[in-house]
Amino acid sequence: MPIEYYIFLCLMLFSIGVIGVLTRRNAIIVFMCIELMLNAVNLLLVAFSKMNYGAAKLISATTTAGIDAQIFVFFIMVVAAAEVSIGLAIIVMMYRNTHSIDINFLNRLKN
Amino acid sequence: MKILVAFIILWPLAGFLFNGLGRNYWSKKLIAYKATGYIVASFIASIFAFLYVQDNGAVTVHYFDFIHTDSIKIPFDFKVDALSSLFLLVITGVGSLIHLYSTAYMQEESAPHYARYFAYLNLFIFSMLLLVLGDNYIIMFMGWEGVGLCSYLLIGYWFSNGNYNYAAKKAFIMNRIGDLGFLLAIFWLIAKLGTVSYSEVLTAETVAKLSSADITGITLLLFVGAMGKSAQIPLFTWLPDAMAGPTPVSALIHAATMVTAGIYMITRSNILFTHSEITQNIVAIIGISTALLAATIAIKQNDIKKVLAYSTVSQLGYMFLGLGVGAYSGAVFHVITHAFFKALLFLGAGSVIHAMHHEQDIRKMGGLKSKLPITHITFLIGCIAISGVPPFSGFFSKDEILAAAFEKNKIYWVLGLVGAAMTAFYMFRLYATTFLGKFRGSNEQEAHLHESPLAMTLPLIVLAILSALGGAIGIPHIMGGHHWLTGQLSTIVSTPQVAHLAVSTEWILMGLSVAIAAIALLIALSRYSKQTDEEPSSAIGKFFYHKWYIDELYQKAIIEPLNKFALFLKEFIEKKVIDGAVNGSGKLVQFSARKVRLIQNGQAGYYILFMVVGIIILFLIWFNDITILRFIHTLTQK
Repeated sequence: MPIEYYIFLCLMLFSIGVIGVLTRRNAIIVFMCIELMLNAVNLLLVAFSKMNYGAAKLISATTTAGIDAQIFVFFIMVVAAAEVSIGLAIIVMMYRNTHSIDINFLNRLKN
Repeated sequence: MKILVAFIILWPLAGFLFNGLGRNYWSKKLIAYKATGYIVASFIASIFAFLYVQDNGAVTVHYFDFIHTDSIKIPFDFKVDALSSLFLLVITGVGSLIHLYSTAYMQEESAPHYARYFAYLNLFIFSMLLLVLGDNYIIMFMGWEGVGLCSYLLIGYWFSNGNYNYAAKKAFIMNRIGDLGFLLAIFWLIAKLGTVSYSEVLTAETVAKLSSADITGITLLLFVGAMGKSAQIPLFTWLPDAMAGPTPVSALIHAATMVTAGIYMITRSNILFTHSEITQNIVAIIGISTALLAATIAIKQNDIKKVLAYSTVSQLGYMFLGLGVGAYSGAVFHVITHAFFKALLFLGAGSVIHAMHHEQDIRKMGGLKSKLPITHITFLIGCIAISGVPPFSGFFSKDEILAAAFEKNKIYWVLGLVGAAMTAFYMFRLYATTFLGKFRGSNEQEAHLHESPLAMTLPLIVLAILSALGGAIGIPHIMGGHHWLTGQLSTIVSTPQVAHLAVSTEWILMGLSVAIAAIALLIALSRYSKQTDEEPSSAIGKFFYHKWYIDELYQKAIIEPLNKFALFLKEFIEKKVIDGAVNGSGKLVQFSARKVRLIQNGQAGYYILFMVVGIIILFLIWFNDITILRFIHTLTQK
């Protein structure tokens, strides 16, 4: 498959994430949109590493090019999982305090 | 010689420091003795210097290097030659007499002010000596500024009177205009020759190096300096106003010495002036016009000091006429005789003012002949001397200038003769109104009339003798004399311009000028011994009475436009443009801050929105090249 398809998909996913963050007020949906952006970038990384590998294999059959990116993606997923747990914990705490998950209530720190 | 010359100049400085620093401590007697004593000491030293020069010729004494760089060297040298030693004698001699006179004249002042007066007077003598002794234009300029300063200080001596302060400022500012010309001339000399020493500048070889345009420029600028200091058209209006100062100051500074500094300077630089025909003509024309203008004004004035002031301006005009026609020694001769008789006249006027309790209007005087016998006789001698009646001194010096003018251009001579007639007329108008006829002042004033004390009459007597006999230093050849002064100055003045007229012509010229002066004199005597001038009724009389409206002209033509321009700068440029720019930038920041800070509303969503917009803009800016365009192109192709 041409690389452009991946890029196009990632671009759309990322844009959906951005628009979601900008427009929605529900904290959980905003959070999901952030995850969407993160995963769009992750997917792009995987796609580029695969492309890189494919290109290198034509020259050398035993190449390991692009392997590091594949591994790196796993690291990103792990870190994202940790981040999700913290983010959800914040949302839970917020719900306990305000009985709402509307992010517009978060501007109480103002003033 | 080095020490002797240092003595001449340091005595007055010592007097200045002594009186200036100790003005709150010394008694008036001590101040008077010290101040006068220092000048007399300086006079005695000057006599020795003069005699030394007579025997050994000119000397230059070197003290130290005033300015020393790679490109220019200005030594602090003094030059004592025939010209400067003559001026030394006049300055310190007349100066001592006037100091002596002042001790009595200023007696009413309290001790600190008395000391202040003498400190200024001593400082003036110091500056004047610096001016004439200096061996280069820079030192002359230092003295030149010094005398200007002292003139300012002494005109404004009675500083509690606002008008006197204005007069002082006027004198200072007008002098500054002239000084600028002098300064530019010095710069020009430095730029062209790299030196300002007389011994290097004023030689035939150096002059040959300068183009004629240079010489004309330099001499014209020097003459502008002389115009300011010596009160010539158009910078003369300060001198009559300078009469605000005490009368001895008018005698010393504004008649005998400072105002002749311009003549000294031009005589010193005569080699340059002789090489510029244009400048010489300008000097002569300005000189004769000033002489006539001031004489016409003097005829109509009623203030005793104002008449003398305009007379001084007029006589200075004669001196410049002399310089312009190349009669340098004649001009110096007139400087010396004028110093005698004009100082005498001013001091006599001071004596009258003293007796009249500070009344200066001659219409309220009259009949003082019997009340002030010594003042009367000496004043009369002064009047005769200035009117040019032989054998008094003014006759010889004025005649020498007129003869030279006759030789150069007959018109100068005719105008000079008219001026001489007017001189005789206004002087005898002054004399007759003041001393003849009946007393016209109040009874109280009449009761207090008294002859002045000896300290005042003694200088009068000495000056009267000098005025009467001073002509002896320049008796022309046709009268059997050998003109000592011209012989003296032959080393300084490049081409001693003795009139080479036929003997008979010269006699006729003399006879004519004496006859005209005598007629004018008799008319004035007969007309004013009984009556005084009323307010002038004719147009021309009013014109002269109001001094040709020259002050008004300057007011309208120069001062008011300047004030308007200054007001424009203040109101528009300063307030609108400069303040506008400064305040405007402040206001702009405040205004934009007030608008921009509303963006910080605490809504996280907005922040993210702005962040995204910002990143998009950054992307567009940074990747706005062929790469991104091609990529977008490929995307749309698929």
